[in-house]
Amino acid sequence: MIIVFLKVINNKDRFFINNKIEKQIIGILLDVDWFKLLYYIYLEIIVGDKMEDEKKLSEFQRRINSGEVIEPKDWMPERYRKQLIRMMGQHAHSEYVGMLPEANWITRAPSLRRKLILLAKVQDEAGHGLYLYSATETLGVDRKDLLEQLLEGKAKYSSIFNYPTLSWADMGVIGWLVDGAAIVNQTVLAKSSYGPYSRAMVRICKEENFHKKQGYEIVATLAKGTPEQKKMVQDSVNRFWWPALMMFGPHDKESPNSAELMRWKVKLKSNDELRQRFVDLTVPQARAVGLTLPDPELKYNKERRSWDFGEINWDEFYNVIKGNGPMNKERIKARKEAHENGAWVREAAEAYAAKHKINRKI
Amino acid sequence: MSEKNKDSQWPLWEVFVQSEQGGPHIHAGSVHAPDPEMALQNARDVYSRRNEAISLWVVPSVSITATMPSDQGPFFDPASDKIYRHPQFYHVPKGLK
Ligand SMILES: [Fe+2]
Ligand SMILES: [Fe+2]
Repeated sequence: MIIVFLKVINNKDRFFINNKIEKQIIGILLDVDWFKLLYYIYLEIIVGDKMEDEKKLSEFQRRINSGEVIEPKDWMPERYRKQLIRMMGQHAHSEYVGMLPEANWITRAPSLRRKLILLAKVQDEAGHGLYLYSATETLGVDRKDLLEQLLEGKAKYSSIFNYPTLSWADMGVIGWLVDGAAIVNQTVLAKSSYGPYSRAMVRICKEENFHKKQGYEIVATLAKGTPEQKKMVQDSVNRFWWPALMMFGPHDKESPNSAELMRWKVKLKSNDELRQRFVDLTVPQARAVGLTLPDPELKYNKERRSWDFGEINWDEFYNVIKGNGPMNKERIKARKEAHENGAWVREAAEAYAAKHKINRKI
Repeated sequence: MSEKNKDSQWPLWEVFVQSEQGGPHIHAGSVHAPDPEMALQNARDVYSRRNEAISLWVVPSVSITATMPSDQGPFFDPASDKIYRHPQFYHVPKGLK
């Protein structure tokens, strides 16, 4: 009897017996009948449940490893769900807040063509926000809660949008560098293990290419324009280059969530890999239009067949994330005002819906 | 801002998009809207800014009944042992087209 018992314990002890002394005590106590009984119940209920979870977890990891896509109703570890909500929520907020720096220039676009393009781009970003809020809701959160977190300043969004847009050239440089960096990030996320997220990403990637191209067109036009125009666009590149590199997040070794997200194939490439890819893509594009990038350490590395580049100012990065960037307060204020100013529209829509519901008798 | 409208939640609608004549309506995502008309308008603005749709359906999310992942075995099993439902099951003289 005792031997059978100890076998059970040995099988399961990794869950709760942490040291030798505890093991000895339990060994002695097992000679007492009532303890035996309680202990057995404990093993079956608590440890049994844990083992069940372990089994599910390893089955989940097997699905991920074999490239299966996880859908909303599938079993998933709580941690996977939480990480996705955090990451997708931040992503949705970034699209949403990302409208602001560009909307700032719609009324001052230099031609009707540029104005129409900019309007369409900003509207796309609203759409991206909505795809992503909708995808995040499949994980069992409400959009209103996510929005509330944003408006109360509790949620994070991409730090790039906390920099001001000071000249028209910024509209070009944002499309080229910021949307360009987003494309590098999102092309990989399109293969992420969570179905609704990856489908939203596929849709978004298709639209981002227009964003990048219209931006690069503005940059190219200004770069071959008057000396003032060229100076304006170079100044804009100088301001946005480093913040664009920061968009990929901290170094891999400083990134607390990366390893877990990669194990679950939510992320498939690390921050540093993606940043490098972006640099390698962008340097030739800058040269093609005769602009320089503000990094004296930028140099082609023949061995790596990649561009070496200087160190990011991480103090600035963390400072902006903490809410001390040039535009953090402004952005949240603008979002709050927009939400509040829209209250009467929502009220009217609700009143209209209520009236017609009575007429339709449903 | 009135308390009632503090959120912009509204009911959730699932959006189905038909992208070409004769094709099926395929699930695209969801939108929030107070009524069916606005759900359609929102669905158009969110999921068809580039002529992705020639027809749209919106369905209140709560009206959808779906199988559970755990059904995958038992629920769909009955079909898997009926190979005689496929033409490959049958032997016909060789050379016949
Ligand atoms: Fe976007
Ligand atoms: Fe974009």
